[in-house]
Amino acid sequence: MDKENLLEIDNLFVSVDDREILHGLNLAVKPGETNVIFGPNGGGKTTLLMTIMGFPRYKVLSGKIYFKGQDVTEMPVDERARLGIGISFQRPPVVRGVKTRDMVLACLKQDDNDALVNELAERAHMTSFLGRDINSSFSGGEIKRSEMLQLLAQGPDLALLDEPESGVDLENIALIGELINEVLGKTHPIRERSRSGLIISHTGHILDYVNARTGYVLCGGQIICDGDPRDILNTIKEKGYQECVACLKK
Amino acid sequence: MFEEIKIRQEKAKAAEGKKAAIGADIDLTKFESQDTSKPKHVATSSIPQGDRNKILATGVTLDDVSQRSGTFVQIDNAPMHAAVTQDGIEVMATSEALTKYAWLKDYYWKAVAVDADKYTAHVESHNADGYFMRALPGVKSVFPVQACLYLARGKSIQDVHNIIIAEEGSELHIITGCSTAGREPGVHLGISEFFIKKGAKVTFTMIHSWSPETEVRPRTAAIIEQDGLFMSNYVIMRPVHSLQAYPSARCVGENATVRFNSVVVATPGSTIDLGSRAFLNAKGARTEMVARTISTGGDIISRGYIEANEPETKGHLECRGLILGDRGTIHAIPEIKGTRAGVDLSHEAAVGKIAEEEVEYLMARGLTRDESTAAIIRGFLKVDIQGLPAMLNEEMQRAVKSSEKELF
Repeated sequence: MDKENLLEIDNLFVSVDDREILHGLNLAVKPGETNVIFGPNGGGKTTLLMTIMGFPRYKVLSGKIYFKGQDVTEMPVDERARLGIGISFQRPPVVRGVKTRDMVLACLKQDDNDALVNELAERAHMTSFLGRDINSSFSGGEIKRSEMLQLLAQGPDLALLDEPESGVDLENIALIGELINEVLGKTHPIRERSRSGLIISHTGHILDYVNARTGYVLCGGQIICDGDPRDILNTIKEKGYQECVACLKK
Repeated sequence: MFEEIKIRQEKAKAAEGKKAAIGADIDLTKFESQDTSKPKHVATSSIPQGDRNKILATGVTLDDVSQRSGTFVQIDNAPMHAAVTQDGIEVMATSEALTKYAWLKDYYWKAVAVDADKYTAHVESHNADGYFMRALPGVKSVFPVQACLYLARGKSIQDVHNIIIAEEGSELHIITGCSTAGREPGVHLGISEFFIKKGAKVTFTMIHSWSPETEVRPRTAAIIEQDGLFMSNYVIMRPVHSLQAYPSARCVGENATVRFNSVVVATPGSTIDLGSRAFLNAKGARTEMVARTISTGGDIISRGYIEANEPETKGHLECRGLILGDRGTIHAIPEIKGTRAGVDLSHEAAVGKIAEEEVEYLMARGLTRDESTAAIIRGFLKVDIQGLPAMLNEEMQRAVKSSEKELF
């Protein structure tokens, strides 16, 4: 384990509902770094984020996950969240009766702070949603803004962002990008940045708004390529993921 | 008039052994029937502090009544206190109102049938007292009127007969709490008859806090005239041995509306058979029924019945239940019946457990499993009640909150 890494994943095998999805995956994220993961549908991208977050449905068969130098492989979801991992879901559940305001307060770890909740909600254009049940009848863009609002309040050291641009119209995608930059502390000078991000992107549109240091291709349950995110994206756009697989065979 | 009383008494006598159509039968002979005593008119301060605290848990405050338009307290079968602070609002014992207003006989036992079952019969044959509340035409209660029915004597039966009248264009907001002093077995029999006149509005928020040995059989009915609104909110979250109630509302005037909301928790040993019925008997009449039920080991039957007998009527019934733990049952029985073209009725019912996906979603924000579960249950019990004054909504939420701690 490299102590300089905020997150380190070592030879990770993961199964979901008794089906092995990740086959010996390795990955490292340094503090202040934002990396993006590309990959075809069913390649294991969401499985990777869910496993890092620690959801029980995603079973680690072997391998290790280290966060802040600590082995978190067996750690429950809530403890990982309190240790500094946050996630933006692609399709979060509706929780009837639990208001958006309640969720923001939970993320802030405060019982009451209307001023701060209102301020954050304003930034995410979510003020009128604070009194509504979380995710209930939210549009695609509203779900993403709500997720970003919660991450803003939570302030994680590592933000896992699952397809932040999916289902978001062009007008909203810029705002989502802005919010991601805020969550990741990209408004601070580079040297002072300590927050990291791992973004899953299918289309790469989010790269127009958020800079990433390294791009990875996750295919067939393994990282098969890494490099400049834009180069990777251009290749995928031009030749599809089969080129990545062919490249690996060379 | 005497002839009418005689017929009523005969009907009651004939129904003394009549079991209720639903719910476990209670052998009333095992309990002591209390004598009806005259209204006492004591100050609320003379009620022992311990009892006042128990009463407070049901949303009825006797220490500071500045935020109440009126107060009524009955202990066992004796009305103890009746006071009113707003002109145009009347609060008194039913016996006193019957003496004061000869016309009240036209309302007495007119919404609830005296021979519905042995419980209604018992209330009649024991000359039960209770509260009479009335808002005069056009008068709107500034603050809620509160009433407390308190069962103090063990192994006995409390008989209550309430009459509530909202005259044309008036508004009456009522909060009523029912509680018991000890843990000895006891029976509460309560008749409540509501009359909501043209364009009037009544909100009725009832919070029950009994003991694990109490048997409760309320019998409630409302008659709602044109453009009238009756909103009934009911909360029971503490143990009770058995409770069976099926309040009924008849919308007899055009555009009359009735809404029922209930929040029910059945703890181990509690059997609760609760429902609400609406008969939409006039054009444009509407109803909405929402029931949230939780079993932590007790048994719940959650009923709902909407019958639409005129066109352009609309009704929706929603019943959701959560079973927490390994024991307990929730049996939802939603029924809708339309007898004319042009009715619009629907229902939805769901009984289940807390979705693991929702718990994990909250845990991903840093809440522990217990905190997440608590937040979801709290949310489940939070019924958004449109049209309920903020103060009553707060009282209702407070009652839910004070009891929910015992759920986790």
